[in-house]
Amino acid sequence: MNLLDPQGPVAAANSTILVDSVFIMLTIVVPTIIAILGFAFWFRASNPSAHYQPGFVYSGRIEMVVWAIPALTVILLGGVAWIGSHQLDPAAPVPGTGNPVRIQAVSLDWKWLFIYPDQRIATVNTLTVPAGAELNFQLTSSSVMNVFFIPQLGSMIYTMNGMVTRLNLRADNEGKLQGLSAHFSGDGFPDMMFDVNVVSPLAFPDWVESTAKTDSVLNEASYNKLVQQGIERGRPTYRLEDPRLFDLIATQHIPPGPGPQVASGAGRPHSGGHDAR
Amino acid sequence: MLGKLDWSAIPFDQPIPLVAGAMVLVAILGVLAWVVVKGHLPYLWHEWITSVDHKRIGVMYVLLASVMFLRGGSDAIMMRIQQSVAYQSQGYLPPEHYNQIFSAHGTIMIFFVAMPFVIGLMNLVVPLQLGVRDVAFPTLNSVGFWLTATGALLVNISLVVGEFARTGWLAFPPLSGLTYSPGVGVDYYAWSLQISGVGTLVAGINLVTTVLKLRTKGMNYLRMPMFCWTTLASNLLIVAAFPILTATLAMLLLDRYLGFHFFTNEAGGNVMMFMNLIWAWGHPEVYILVLPAFGIFSEVVSTFSGKPLFGYRSMVLATMAICVISFMVWLHHFFTMGAGPDVNAIFGIASMIIAVPTGVKIYNWLFTMYGGRIRFTTPMLWSVGFMVTFITGGLTGVLVAVPPADFLLHNSLFLVAHFHHVIIGGVLFGAFAGFTYWFPKAFGFRLEEAWGKAAFWFTFIGFYVTFLPLYTAGLLGMTRRLQHYDVAAWRPWMHVAAIGMGLLCVAVVCQITQLVVSIRNREALRDRTGDPWDGRSLEWATSSPPPVFNFAFHPDVRGEDAYWAMKQHAKEQQLEHHPEPEYEDIEMPRNSPTGFVCAFFASVMGFALIWHIWWMVILGVLGAFATFVVFAWRDHDEYVIPAAEVARIDRVNVEERRSLVSMAGGV
Repeated sequence: MNLLDPQGPVAAANSTILVDSVFIMLTIVVPTIIAILGFAFWFRASNPSAHYQPGFVYSGRIEMVVWAIPALTVILLGGVAWIGSHQLDPAAPVPGTGNPVRIQAVSLDWKWLFIYPDQRIATVNTLTVPAGAELNFQLTSSSVMNVFFIPQLGSMIYTMNGMVTRLNLRADNEGKLQGLSAHFSGDGFPDMMFDVNVVSPLAFPDWVESTAKTDSVLNEASYNKLVQQGIERGRPTYRLEDPRLFDLIATQHIPPGPGPQVASGAGRPHSGGHDAR
Repeated sequence: MLGKLDWSAIPFDQPIPLVAGAMVLVAILGVLAWVVVKGHLPYLWHEWITSVDHKRIGVMYVLLASVMFLRGGSDAIMMRIQQSVAYQSQGYLPPEHYNQIFSAHGTIMIFFVAMPFVIGLMNLVVPLQLGVRDVAFPTLNSVGFWLTATGALLVNISLVVGEFARTGWLAFPPLSGLTYSPGVGVDYYAWSLQISGVGTLVAGINLVTTVLKLRTKGMNYLRMPMFCWTTLASNLLIVAAFPILTATLAMLLLDRYLGFHFFTNEAGGNVMMFMNLIWAWGHPEVYILVLPAFGIFSEVVSTFSGKPLFGYRSMVLATMAICVISFMVWLHHFFTMGAGPDVNAIFGIASMIIAVPTGVKIYNWLFTMYGGRIRFTTPMLWSVGFMVTFITGGLTGVLVAVPPADFLLHNSLFLVAHFHHVIIGGVLFGAFAGFTYWFPKAFGFRLEEAWGKAAFWFTFIGFYVTFLPLYTAGLLGMTRRLQHYDVAAWRPWMHVAAIGMGLLCVAVVCQITQLVVSIRNREALRDRTGDPWDGRSLEWATSSPPPVFNFAFHPDVRGEDAYWAMKQHAKEQQLEHHPEPEYEDIEMPRNSPTGFVCAFFASVMGFALIWHIWWMVILGVLGAFATFVVFAWRDHDEYVIPAAEVARIDRVNVEERRSLVSMAGGV
């Protein structure tokens, strides 16, 4: 999950900006730290060769320089931020080879549901994508906020109930990656890790075909079972009954998840996460 | 009768909070018993609890902060241990407990450690630096302190009665809404912050008024010590920002208590509104904390370099620039929420712009040291340690202000490391520097240097050993608030961080030892002149501890570094005999139990609201209101210290001081 080992163009650009910004700032931070330690050491009271200048309290030239150095650095970094924000806007397209793959992600308590509306399949806690293709994500949440994040593919984004956020990514190399939720969402939050399988563009249709053969069907009824709080250890897959399921969730035609089951004892209700374990 | 409160509220099945709570209870009862048996109760009541003396209130603020620091620190230790053992296992803390701990850690450290610490130091020092006898509203000052203490009390009660919030320190809805947090945890959180928030707001109003309206003769704005400027800026921010917090939490409470829909998923509620509002308070809050610390460092660096602050006017400008710009950057806390590129870029750049005045401050401290004669006392060590630490913390801060970089780092341990970097390196180092620097002023004796220096080095090294691994873990994709994890690459860094935590614990032990040793050696460490550090501003012009009226005469200020100028003047004409001036009666505000009584009723009200005990809510509200009415109908609010008494107290100080000057002149 190393951020500095990107596996796609978005992550590569993000981490390049990250590293470049650090180096831009280090060019002034390092000399300043050396000056702080140097001045503090040289002008120690016990140093007889240091020249005591109690009257040195203002210098127009120095003032100009000390306002100019950080200002120039910020102008430079501000440019980086402006250009970077526009080029790497999560909603901006990330051109790839072949047809883009549409994926609709829903954060549940406490698992991830990935719906492939065009392939009419859905998976939980595992995301399989073809290498090199543009991945168009639409994201929402069944209840509380979460953040969808695959560190090595870059750019995380919030999921919120009743709202749809958009994110475009691309995975360049076949292999296994990991994703997670990057916003605390309750007791089962640490178990919201998910697998990302990047497969070859040729293998992807095979995977779709084999997944579509599953007996489980995702419809409103099975979705409502899925949104109950709990931790998913397996990697269930579904045939998607209605490709508009995501829209029904995002527009709250399917109401938000129920949250923790309140047992007796008004002060300290039992948490679903504890029970699930 | 008792609302939602019954025996199930006591966590009999959870030994850790129960044992901790029991120990604290025994300690409190023990201290109380000792106080009563020894007959100290009247002293405590008359000299401290009902005191409206800004110095006493300042000391009580710092004491509250120190006690809560131990509580928040214990939470930190438990979290670091949990994360170092919870690899592919549940660790020793179940999620419902772990989640309360990180929520309580953040809430306590910001609201009940950092805030009271800096407000306490401002209370203690600012009137002295301005050369005045008290703050603008002495009784209100007491009310502010006791309401803050009420908030702290409620947070601690949540340890054993019920639960604390499990939502993180900013309680984001919808998780903090009634649907997903039906317990009393969020109510404890919200009511303790509402009540202490009122306390903070009145403290802010009080200090702003004090700086704007009560300055001694000749103390115009551009002669004020830097700490007064940063106090002004910080309290302006309090006055402007805390009402936002109060309103936001009020809306959350309306959602929870009366079925409103400000921040719910349903019925048109909008969680993004909460994010915006809470950070519109939350970002200025960061500067509320760090600006006073900047002021402390300015005083310390200038005093121990033996030079006036370099580029004073530039510093004032930088301070006020930070004050204004800090209100325009809040969106950088949620770049990843899907705002458009223009919005993200503008807020990113605005955030970077704050780095300019902050950078200017660093350079001005640097050039204050240039050409100085630097004495490396404990406060100066904290200051140099701060400069080095804060500049790298600022680097990572500007980094997360670049939106594309934040898209990778948001909510990661990198971010956690960043804000601990600036809050520990800035606010905490500043608080400790100020504590050591002004301790002799408050108590009349210095602190042992050796233990203070040991505390500094353990904190400094312990800080890096704890938080550099968190930066690394963040770059390895580790997000915050994980109760357990299965990624092997993160594990070694969690172990190193736990070791760093051990070093930080040693530092805390050093601090406590320093206090104990210094109290025992207080005669040897006695500060008889009131000016132990060869200071430059007016707080050193009076005795240590200062008399209740601070100054027998209003000091006459003729320039920056007022007391330094007076000392130079006195040395030049040391042989001249000054006729003793004519002393006059001094009127001082009378003690008032208003603050304490009002906070008592506020505590009753807060507890009752949390547990839905409605008759008790009414009782608390009526009691608090009646307290104000009684106070408003008071007949006498001042008492007179006769001139003879003033003369007696002042002569002792003048005599000590004269011997100092003649000694200095003789060298």
